[in-house]
Amino acid sequence: MKPPPFHYHDPRTLADAVELLSRLDNAKLLAGGQSLMPMLNMRFVLPDHVVDLNRVDGLSYIRESDGALAIGAMTRQRELEFSDLVRARLPLLHEAILQVGHRQTRNRGTIGGSLAHLDPAAELVSIAAAYDAVVTVTGPHGARDIAFAEFPAAYMTPAIEPHEILTAVRIPSWPQGHGHAFIEFSRRHGDFAIVSAAALLQADSAGRVARASLTLGGLGAAPVRMREVEHALIGEPPGDELFRNLCESCRSLEAVDDIHASAGYRQHLAAVLARRALVKAAERLAGGAAPRSVH
Amino acid sequence: MSKKVDIVLNINGRDYAVRVEPRRTLVDAIRDECGQTGTHIGCEHGVCGACTVILDDRAVRSCLMFAVQAAGKRIRTVEGLADGETLHPLQRAFIEHHGLQCGFCTPGFLMLATNVLEQRPDIDDEELLDVLASNLCRCTGYQNIIKAVRAAAAEMRGK
Repeated sequence: MKPPPFHYHDPRTLADAVELLSRLDNAKLLAGGQSLMPMLNMRFVLPDHVVDLNRVDGLSYIRESDGALAIGAMTRQRELEFSDLVRARLPLLHEAILQVGHRQTRNRGTIGGSLAHLDPAAELVSIAAAYDAVVTVTGPHGARDIAFAEFPAAYMTPAIEPHEILTAVRIPSWPQGHGHAFIEFSRRHGDFAIVSAAALLQADSAGRVARASLTLGGLGAAPVRMREVEHALIGEPPGDELFRNLCESCRSLEAVDDIHASAGYRQHLAAVLARRALVKAAERLAGGAAPRSVH
Repeated sequence: MSKKVDIVLNINGRDYAVRVEPRRTLVDAIRDECGQTGTHIGCEHGVCGACTVILDDRAVRSCLMFAVQAAGKRIRTVEGLADGETLHPLQRAFIEHHGLQCGFCTPGFLMLATNVLEQRPDIDDEELLDVLASNLCRCTGYQNIIKAVRAAAAEMRGK
């Protein structure tokens, strides 16, 4: 249970980090270390080089611009948890961050590290999918943006080139008065979700759904946006029956079968949690006709 | 291939000049290089919380950091809690409320609770339970730990 030997690099600027990454073979980036360190301790990964981003300047910030929050990759999960800006502009992210690990791991863990690690059950990965976040990566040839829908390439594999560094994520906020809910089922609080559901709802002046986002995490290699459900909600008045009927389709999603839960159980959870998330989000719509909560 | 580096670790206000491989975890360096064995090593993958220390005012798991990353930062361990012969209110409360049995998890719980009560002295019960849920104890069943931290919190607020 001790990390394997490696060469350690401790750059102070992003340019230096990119330069190191472009010339070193088999290098791993170290962000908050809350996933990479266990993997090193258990020797699941054997890098020749570790490039530590913790002393790189300018990668930790939360800024508002053009209806979105721009968040630096090395922003600790704790900063997100206690940020008034996140609470006000991205309430779904605020709700989900409280389920990410524990106080001590959030003190070190970063948003960029979580997104790049891309655990299929990670809360922040689902949240990025739910908000249609845009990830910025920087490589030897400059920076480029990747829409989050295009970001997961495979199981725990982001669509980032080996010499690129995830430097920021841009998360668009929804208008004031929208409804949100993040619900997950896990064995213990702080564990990764077996299945999670994230919902965002916006209503028009008549109280009908004008815009919807529904994301399920933990089923497969990446979170799934339920586009058909989202489209079917548009123009409808939010209601338990509607949500219940639409969410039945979640039972036919492809799901993994592992030690934590069978595929069938995950599909069942998907339908139940999706409905609960929509119900809760609808209850939180400002001025909307709140449907009765079902459990 | 992994060349040793010279670093200074500041633990409970005292500087320790040590030479470590970059792969040396912080908890190993605290215990082996600095001789401060109050901090315990449990799971070594960030699940049990036994190795919790306070790094620049934040509770962290010292098995999930390298010692080289803690150079230049303030580290607080269980050895720094008591003031001479006078125990910290949390240490006293753990004794009075039987918040420990074998004692293996205790340093981690003490540092976690110290950090939380220093930062949020008026923490509500729900949040306190949420925070304490992050560490594992296999003896007490947790209820006595929760009682001890509540009692210490009340005492620390009264000061």
